[in-house]
Amino acid sequence: MKKVEVLKDGKRIDGRGPLKMREIDVKLDIISRADGSAKFSFGNTVAIAACYGPRLLLPKHLQEEKGGIIRFRYNMAPFSVDERKSPGPDRRSIELSKVIKEALACSVFLEDFPRATLDVYVEILNADGSTRIASTNAASLAMASAGVPMRDLVCAISVGKIDDTLIVDLNGIEDNNSEADLSFGMLPSKDEVVLLQMDGRLTKEELLKLLDLAKENCLKIYELQKKVLKGKYGVEDVE
Amino acid sequence: MLSKYVSELLEKGERMDGRDFLEWREIEILPNVIKKAEGSASVRFGRTHVIAGVKLEISKPFPDNPNEGILIVNAEFPPIASPFFEPGPPDEKAIELARVIDRMIRESKMIESEKLVIGEEKVWGVFVDIHVMNDAGNLMDAAALASVAALLNTKIPKIEEESILRGEYIDKLPVVHKPVMVTLCKIKDKILIDPTNDEEEIIESKISFGIREDNVFCAIQKQGKSIPFNMVKQMIDLALEKSKELRSKLNAN
Repeated sequence: MKKVEVLKDGKRIDGRGPLKMREIDVKLDIISRADGSAKFSFGNTVAIAACYGPRLLLPKHLQEEKGGIIRFRYNMAPFSVDERKSPGPDRRSIELSKVIKEALACSVFLEDFPRATLDVYVEILNADGSTRIASTNAASLAMASAGVPMRDLVCAISVGKIDDTLIVDLNGIEDNNSEADLSFGMLPSKDEVVLLQMDGRLTKEELLKLLDLAKENCLKIYELQKKVLKGKYGVEDVE
Repeated sequence: MLSKYVSELLEKGERMDGRDFLEWREIEILPNVIKKAEGSASVRFGRTHVIAGVKLEISKPFPDNPNEGILIVNAEFPPIASPFFEPGPPDEKAIELARVIDRMIRESKMIESEKLVIGEEKVWGVFVDIHVMNDAGNLMDAAALASVAALLNTKIPKIEEESILRGEYIDKLPVVHKPVMVTLCKIKDKILIDPTNDEEEIIESKISFGIREDNVFCAIQKQGKSIPFNMVKQMIDLALEKSKELRSKLNAN
């Protein structure tokens, strides 16, 4: 494989320092038909999320008396990548949908709406690494904007390792050339982990450092998400 | 009913089968159980039974890695193995399991895939197929162990005039690492390993760790509900400790 030099003189391929996130752009309520929606982008990675419900789950035999369920789909637009992605679910998107669904479910008071479903969908319009992270952040904002009863927001970030340097928010090239990448999501005010995936090679010490780094950056995402939501309701930030 | 009983027991620090929270069930690894496969293993964790078979096919390399063999891991949860499995294509659980094991094998670099080039545009495709025979809990660790055990006894067949002579072998598959998967499960404030199917029904969340013999982590996957940040760190230590026990089973084989 052609070795790409992704880190040079302490600078990353897009000019960032190792610990710097790409520019984040967030917009709420961009889809009028949805109960809540959001765009979340890290640089060129753009995720659009929409939330419908909680609404009655049909057919009836799928309903659960103990509480509602979440249905979630992560989907990449065919034009979002270099080589056209054939439409429809593939194994990767099925796995990611499961992982993100479980992360989001941690944040919702599902027991408050038996027999109902909360449908959350994400479309990746442009993919440049960390799409599952952008999806998770967008979905959580869409749910909050829809007024879904939640324990906390879900905040996510990717971290990784290239040439013994730990980095934050991997872009597509870094994702393909890193020694390790870790996707991480949490409920910041509960200090609970809801999303955790890693592939690559890490010692225990590196893994622990990456977890701390991920948590620290999730808190930054959290502040940003809160700011955007407060903006929607015209709430002044009193802090 | 059963769930309530299991959960009350765990609350008291006990398990239905009398094991400690961090104790494996009896583990059995049988290599070379499938004659037609180039490599295979049958693995039992108590009543859980998984077979992994490895087939080698002459394949085209992936365009981004023209000088490496390819690896494909697939898992079948056939309806013989559990009242909850249904016929049809793999569901999200089977896909997730296969993909996590795929990442563990791939990222551990256990197979020297650059040695699997046959010729121009021709490489060995290593197909690991996981077949669940009985789901009595902890499929992830059992299927990963079966996959690695099968790769360890996989042989490369002879090629004559562009086709494979099945049953005649020229070499062993070049394998240089032995990763194992250890899944730590959370129920309330407790951590346990190797859950039975009854225990799995009340487990809140779990993290699977793929770990190499040099203690390098090569794959991690969390499933289920949330886990306190500090408990994740605790699980990392336990996973390292428990990986050694699993690997000694693999080595004893």
